[in-house]
Amino acid sequence: MPLVSIVDVRKSFGANEVLKGVSLPVEKGDVVAIIGRSGSGKSTLLRCVNGLETHDAGSIMVDGLEVGGAKTDMRALRRHVGMVFQQFNLFPHLTALGNVTLAPRVVEKMGEGRARELGLEMLAKVGLAEKRDAYPSQLSGGQQQRVAIARALAMRPKALLCDEITSALDPELVNEVLRVVEKLAGEDMTLILVTHEMRFARDVGTKLVFMHQGRVHEQGAPKALFAAPQTAELQQFIGASFK
Amino acid sequence: MIYKLQFADLLPYWDVLARGFVFTVALTVVSTMAGVLVGTLGACARTFGPRWLAGLLGAYVELIRNTPFLVQLFFVYFGLPAAGLKLTETQAAFIAMTINLGAYSTEIIRAGSEATPKGVIEAGVSLAMTRLQVLRHVVLKPAFQKVWPALASQIIIVMLGSSVVSQISAEDLTYAANFIQSRNFRAFESYFVVALAYLLLAVLTRAILRALGSRLFPKA
Ligand SMILES: Nc1ncnc2c1ncn2[C@@H]1O[C@H](COP(=O)(O)OP(=O)(O)OP(=O)(O)O)[C@@H](O)[C@H]1O
Ligand SMILES: [Mg+2]
Repeated sequence: MPLVSIVDVRKSFGANEVLKGVSLPVEKGDVVAIIGRSGSGKSTLLRCVNGLETHDAGSIMVDGLEVGGAKTDMRALRRHVGMVFQQFNLFPHLTALGNVTLAPRVVEKMGEGRARELGLEMLAKVGLAEKRDAYPSQLSGGQQQRVAIARALAMRPKALLCDEITSALDPELVNEVLRVVEKLAGEDMTLILVTHEMRFARDVGTKLVFMHQGRVHEQGAPKALFAAPQTAELQQFIGASFK
Repeated sequence: MIYKLQFADLLPYWDVLARGFVFTVALTVVSTMAGVLVGTLGACARTFGPRWLAGLLGAYVELIRNTPFLVQLFFVYFGLPAAGLKLTETQAAFIAMTINLGAYSTEIIRAGSEATPKGVIEAGVSLAMTRLQVLRHVVLKPAFQKVWPALASQIIIVMLGSSVVSQISAEDLTYAANFIQSRNFRAFESYFVVALAYLLLAVLTRAILRALGSRLFPKA
């Protein structure tokens, strides 16, 4: 059974049907890159996976738990699914270390000492151990995003959802964040990434998903798909993206 | 005209003064705690609660902010008994002050909590925090950090404003001054000493609140 299994999911905002029956199995260790035009429903799909949005129909299972299911403890489910946002969304009143340790302390009831140890380990993983005492406002965008990744990792998630996590960054800061993601992929972390970084999707992804108008329009192995897109829409999209 | 100051004439009444002082301090401490609690709940409900509750709280805040405290006090003390709720002077003073500070602090704390970006709240939710945990650690803590100085000022304003509870014969500092000068006719000395006592209280309160703030809500 896939770690995350999305089956025929539909979602509307008012009269606007944004997801029109999306199905997507994600195996453990997969690096799924979701690409597609603005408004095609990529963020919405990702947000449905950890229940930030509730889907109207279909089913989403994460590690055996049904998202939004009557018997599902959504908080237990969210412990297994980390999320990293385009805008970082760090807690501005906490240091880098404070950001990383808050959930372990509050949610996992971890002791101060152990949380600190874990926090430092996670910050080291993203190369920011020396920034432990810096507040978000004192960090560059790339550093903030790496803290956000460390914060998500501190909950030991089984899968990590990343929604355009380099889109708010200056071009010269994109790579430091992508390198961290690549490292996670190398450690067999299951990743679902919405991204505009086509080269990264091709080189690091194990699976490429092209969303178009609320549907999975085309999917497959990234290299094959980029080399030979089957649909005119993907062809056009790739053409426009690589220029 | 030469007026000879006779502070010694206050000495026989030192216990009245001391009782008034203690009363004002106690009234301030208790109604500050209750008022800030009301304000915290009010701010949360106004920002995250259902629309009808937010509307109701908005009306409460406007009602209190746009009427004199003395009238609010009279309403509680003289008005409520007409509705069947009999209160002692102390109870009425406490309730009126709590309602008053509750309204102002609702507004002050809301200014801080509303500044929390939606995405930051979602980050907390994504980390498997409960709504209450998000409220406490992600919304309220930084909000209090931000608005603590404003809140401290309001607490002092309410503390000084508490002098009007003497109007319903609650035996506070001002009541003590009224009482003493009606006995020894030393109005200048009585009010001078009580004014100094208020000044001392205000300075102390500000210092205590500042220390409390930097302990409870250490600043970035
Ligand atoms: N909370 C919401 N309320 C109403 N409509 C929404 C909401 N969130 C998203 N939408 C709409 O749903 C559609 C899909 O949005 P979504 O954010 O999923 O697209 P996306 O593929 O992530 O686009 P982008 O590349 O711009 O991030 C858009 O038309 C958007 O306006
Ligand atoms: Mg999006």
